Amino acid sequence: MTATARRRHKPLVVRRRPARRHRRSVTLTLLTSIMLVYTLLPLAWLLINASKTQEGLFGSFGLWFAGDFALFSNIADTLTYDGGIFTRWLLNTLLYVILGAGGATALATIAGYGLAKFDFPGKKAVFAVVIGAVAVPGTALAVPTFLMFAGLGLTDTPWAIIIPSLISPFGLYLMWIYAADAVPDEIIESARVDGAREFQTFFRVSLPLLSPGIVTVLLFTVVATWNNYFLPLVMLRDPDWYPLTLGLDSWNAQAATAGGEAVFNLVITGSLLTIVPLIAAFLLLQRYWQSGLAAGSVKE
Amino acid sequence: MRTTRSAALLLGAALIVAACGGPGGGTASAPQSSASGDSVQAALDAGGSITVWAWEPTLEKVVTDFQAKYPKVKVNLVNAGTGNDQYTALQNAIKAGSGVPDVAQVEYYALPQFALAKSIADLTPFGADKLEGTFTPGPWGSVRSGGAVHGLPMDSGPMALFYNKEVFDKHQIEVPKTWEEYIEAARKLHEADPKAYITNDIGDAGFTTSMIWQAGGKPYQVDGTNVTVNFADAGTQKFTAAWQQLVSGKLVAPVGSWSEAWYKGLGDGTIATLVIGAWMPANLESGVKAGAGKWRVAPMPQWEAGGQATSENGGSSLAVPEASASKALAYAFMKYAAVDEGAQSRADNGAFPATTAQLNSPAFLDKKLPYFGGQQVNQVLAQSAGQVVSGWSYLPYQVYANSIFNDTVGKAYVGDATLQDGLKAWQDASVKYGQEQGFSVR
Repeated sequence: MTATARRRHKPLVVRRRPARRHRRSVTLTLLTSIMLVYTLLPLAWLLINASKTQEGLFGSFGLWFAGDFALFSNIADTLTYDGGIFTRWLLNTLLYVILGAGGATALATIAGYGLAKFDFPGKKAVFAVVIGAVAVPGTALAVPTFLMFAGLGLTDTPWAIIIPSLISPFGLYLMWIYAADAVPDEIIESARVDGAREFQTFFRVSLPLLSPGIVTVLLFTVVATWNNYFLPLVMLRDPDWYPLTLGLDSWNAQAATAGGEAVFNLVITGSLLTIVPLIAAFLLLQRYWQSGLAAGSVKE
Repeated sequence: MRTTRSAALLLGAALIVAACGGPGGGTASAPQSSASGDSVQAALDAGGSITVWAWEPTLEKVVTDFQAKYPKVKVNLVNAGTGNDQYTALQNAIKAGSGVPDVAQVEYYALPQFALAKSIADLTPFGADKLEGTFTPGPWGSVRSGGAVHGLPMDSGPMALFYNKEVFDKHQIEVPKTWEEYIEAARKLHEADPKAYITNDIGDAGFTTSMIWQAGGKPYQVDGTNVTVNFADAGTQKFTAAWQQLVSGKLVAPVGSWSEAWYKGLGDGTIATLVIGAWMPANLESGVKAGAGKWRVAPMPQWEAGGQATSENGGSSLAVPEASASKALAYAFMKYAAVDEGAQSRADNGAFPATTAQLNSPAFLDKKLPYFGGQQVNQVLAQSAGQVVSGWSYLPYQVYANSIFNDTVGKAYVGDATLQDGLKAWQDASVKYGQEQGFSVR
């Protein structure tokens, strides 16, 4: 993105400040270009192959189009195959994301703000626990979580996905650090002096200041929940509650079953449809995200 | 993803042994309440609801028909994953004590694992032992152990040679009748067209064990918790000596079965034959449309000219988990699906039956399949079903053993090790694992 922007403004830049031209590094441009191709190649592959029929997939070169352009019929087939189960999986995923990632962000915001702006005994212990929790991969907790949820009788229900998704130690840590910098103590003090209660201060004064951080945490948790595979794999049995990740996997597994129907074209098209909302979320929230990442890097 | 999968599998394996409670309990089948055919009928009359875990696609229609016939019964059919995924889920559910289905699809190779752990119920109290003769010998032998019946065979996979006639005709290759001729055909084909291979193989536990089975090898001897693993017997060596020539000569395509590349090869003629179970026609029809009209079926190649030995490859049974609260009703559904109307409906929809009635019916045998150029393929496949070598058994932890096949025997396909070396490594690893689980393994 920066490369194209720079190229577009090149004549201007050259005329006004010719000296800067020498600072452009060929090596770096080359390296970033390679990186760009490397990251975009899988996406291009996915787009190209989503336009092929199953026969076209087998009979053509992977990085170029087959003769027949079947993207739209593939999309239609994906949405209607097996009684339209894909739509159900999409709605399930949305449910898990809205409740799970949304809830995780809300909890991380409240807790992070509280930890950053209030002093209380045991704060250091909380910090240690949170840092420790960041280090434990979710995969390692999936099995103990399963046994616990089985004990509660909650496996094979949406709660088995939503409740564990509510916990985001990394999000909490990020909000904590962000709140410490983004909300000056002086503002909170003056709000208190003006007679605002703590909740009023939080919602009216602090929350707007925190919004870039919130969007950042939201993006992280949305991506994590959207792409979650292992937890649902362990928790869910009923395909009616599958998220997209598990659903696509089950379509893929069909090809390896006696009597099962191979639907590779639908798996690929389904994967494309699965990432479209994520790409949209990134493009729309990217501005906030950048300022969120840069937070704390510059002291005013 | 693969690593997390096998992690889940390992967990499952650990869990069954926990459920097994260590061997030594022997196989004393507890004398259960004298449930019989009457109790099954009573359960049907009373009605209720059962959950069935299965991935077999033809069961959907069976469930609909069953519910139409018995409106009081509600069958909740759930695809809880295919093969290993489902076994892991089932073992986890059994361990957790909640969410256990009333009926589960279990492949024959995995059945002893669940049976020995007493995770699935003996069906003799419901009269399953009286079904002998209803099923062909291969599948029936797979669900029986001692006096117990641990599942009802749902389909079967007697092996046959599927070959691409177009490729064979083009290079003027005779359809091989023996394995010697098969290797000869492999050489001839690959010389004529360096892109074409007689078949694909990168190491497949199910295929290898089925081949040893046909060759008369009996590497696994199981008596309760006493297990012997021996891949040095004559049958195994017969197989390795022949197959090694194909692997060393690079005459098999380095493509994994069921992969996209595999489907592609089956369609474009670069994989010219498959020695595989009788359920394959349905998969070819739906997955390899480019091969329509080109494929034919011939009897499995023999170790001796004029021989008539085959083996089973794949196939599943329906079993009732011990934790099910509605065993009689579960059995009623299974019997409907595997023996009564369901068996016919499933055969009509492309499943390869395990029941002699369907297998010998003229409608089934004389069916001409357009995909196979109008050949009556069921004649060949049904003949194979009657020629399965008897006396084969799988390990009581075959699911785990198969999961490590590629770490051991797989090396023979990529390095200097021979198949026989690889099998020895597999044997050692299987023995070690069995001992760790408390089996007495030699």
